[in-house]
Amino acid sequence: MSTQSGAAVAAGGGMVRPVGIVTDIATVARRSVRSLLREPEAMAPALIIPTFFFIVNIGALESFVERSPGIDYRAFQIPVAIIFAVTGISRASVLVIDIQTGYLDRMLVTPVRRTTLLLGMMVADIVLALALSLVVVAMGFVAGVRFETGLLGILLFLGLAVAWSLAFTGFPYTVALRTGNPAAVNSSFLIFFPFAFLTPAYLPRELMTGWMQTVAAWNPVTYLLEGMRSLLSGGWQAAAIGKASAAIGGLALVTFVMAFRSLARRVATG
Amino acid sequence: MDGVDLGVNSGEIYGFLGPNGAGKSTTVRMLCTLLKPTAGQATVAGYDVVDRPGDVRIRIGVALQEAALDERQTGREILDLQARLYGLSAVDRAASIARAVDLADIGDAMDARIKTYSGGMRRRLDLAASLIHGPEVLFLDEPTTGLDPVSRAQVWDEVRRLNGELGVTVFLTTQYLEEADALADRVAIIDGGRIVEEGSPSELKRAVGADVIVVDLSPDAIAAAATVAETLPDVDAVTQGRRGVTIATADGAATVSSVAVALSGAGIHPQSLTVRTPSLDDVFLLATGYRMSAVDPAAGGGGAAPGSGSRAATPGSGGP
Repeated sequence: MSTQSGAAVAAGGGMVRPVGIVTDIATVARRSVRSLLREPEAMAPALIIPTFFFIVNIGALESFVERSPGIDYRAFQIPVAIIFAVTGISRASVLVIDIQTGYLDRMLVTPVRRTTLLLGMMVADIVLALALSLVVVAMGFVAGVRFETGLLGILLFLGLAVAWSLAFTGFPYTVALRTGNPAAVNSSFLIFFPFAFLTPAYLPRELMTGWMQTVAAWNPVTYLLEGMRSLLSGGWQAAAIGKASAAIGGLALVTFVMAFRSLARRVATG
Repeated sequence: MDGVDLGVNSGEIYGFLGPNGAGKSTTVRMLCTLLKPTAGQATVAGYDVVDRPGDVRIRIGVALQEAALDERQTGREILDLQARLYGLSAVDRAASIARAVDLADIGDAMDARIKTYSGGMRRRLDLAASLIHGPEVLFLDEPTTGLDPVSRAQVWDEVRRLNGELGVTVFLTTQYLEEADALADRVAIIDGGRIVEEGSPSELKRAVGADVIVVDLSPDAIAAAATVAETLPDVDAVTQGRRGVTIATADGAATVSSVAVALSGAGIHPQSLTVRTPSLDDVFLLATGYRMSAVDPAAGGGGAAPGSGSRAATPGSGGP
C-alpha cells in the first residue's frame, strides 16, 4: 500500500509545528478541567460522604475517645475526611467513554504524545483533589480545628492530600485502559474500602485490636493519616512526614507503572 | 487482512468498497497508525506507518466511523483542541478554526455542546476537525453511513471540493456502491479481507461488458437458465444470483431476444428480463459470486438489485 506524496499540495501549507510535552499536557488538561467544571454534580458524593462520616464519627466517638489524654478527636478526623473525599476520584470514567466512543482514536491519529493523554487528565484530578481538600479543611476550621504547624503546615497538608489522591488514580486508570468497560471502572471504587478502613481511621493504632494493628501497619494510608495528623496536633515531626511521603511515593510507583503500561498497551494495539 | 496490495496516487479519490466486515476499517486503522499490521508494509504520504508514525500523523486527517466526539465539549472547543494538538500558532489556529467553522456550517450550534447535535452535524464537525491542520491525505471511514440523503449530498460535495480545490488525496471506505461510483476516481472492491477488483468505476464496469441482461427467475429455474444462457453466442459471462442470473454481453439489445427465445425453448419462463448498463454491483457480483446489495440492504442505489428496473447506472465521476 502506498500513497506517493510527491506532488501533494498540503492544504494547510505547513502550519503544523512540533509540539512540546508541556503544551500537549496543557491541551489535554484544558479539555479535562473544562469537562470537570461542567459536571459539578459529580463532586457531590465526594463532599457528602466525608462530611457525613465526619459528623457521625465525631457524634459517636468524640467524648469516648477524648477520655484518652491528648487527643483532639475533631483534628483526628479531618485527615480521614480528606482521604474519604479524594481517594478514588479520577477522570477514568471519561477515559473509558473516550475508549468506547472512539474519541480516544480521534486523539491517537493526531501527533499528541501518548503519555500526555493520561498526564493531562491527571492535571484535572489535581485540580479536583485540591478543591475537595480545601472544602474539607474549611469544614475543619468551622468545627474549631487548628493547625499547630501554621500556614506552612496547611500547605503541606493539602500537598499530601493531593499527592495521595493522584497516586490512587493509577488504579481506576489502569482498569479503564485494560478493560475499556465503564462498569469495571465503577467497581474499581471498591479498592477504596480496605485502603480507607484497615487503618487507624477511628482510633489511634495503640487502641486497636492486635490483628488490625498488624494489617494497619502494612497499609500506606496509616502513615498518611499519621503524617497529616502530626501537622494538625503534633507539631513538626520529620519522621511522620517522611513516612507519609514514602507511603504516597510507594503507592504512586506501583499504580503509575500499571497505568502507563496499560496505556502503552492500549495505544499499541488500538 | 490478507492480500491487500494497493497504491493510491497523490491527488485522487480512492474508494474502498465492500460489505460490512470485509476489512475496510481494519485497513484504514492500519494506514492511520492506529493498528500495527502483523505482516506487510504500508507507506502513507511517503512515510512508513510502522517506522515513522509521527511523520504520517502530521500529514493525514482522519474521520473515523461514527464521528466520535466528546459530547461535553462544544464544536468550537473540539476544533481548538484539534488545532493545538498539531501545534498551530495562535494566528494559524484562529484562521483554521474560522475556516473549519465555515466548512462545518452548523451555525450557532458551534458554541453548543455536541450532545445536542444531530448525526449530520456531528459528521460535518468531525470532517472539519479532521481538516484543521491542512492534511495531505484524508481518510474517511464510511463518511455517510447513517446519514440522511441531504447530509450525504453535502458530504459528497465537500469531499469533491477538498479534492478538486485543495488537492487533498482522499482515501474513502464505503459500503454504498453509488458513493464509490459518484466520488471515487479509482475503486478497490474488497471482500473477505482481499481486494478482488481495482480500477476506475467506468473501467470496472466496462470490463463486465457493455451491457448486462438481468433475468429474474424463480429459484428452481436459476441453474437451468444459467446452463442455457452459457451456450448462447455473444454471451461473455453468466453469473447466478439468488433471484436470477446476470448475463454480461457486448450488445444487450441484440442478445436479449436470443436469451428470451432460448429460455422459452427450454421451458423456462423468466419473471422479468431487463437490459441495462453494468453497475458496480455487477462488478462485485462477477468478482465474488454474490451481490453486495443482496447481502447488505443498506447498499442500494446505483447497484440496483436484479429486476428492479432498466435504469442505466450513472457512469463514474471521472474526477478532476
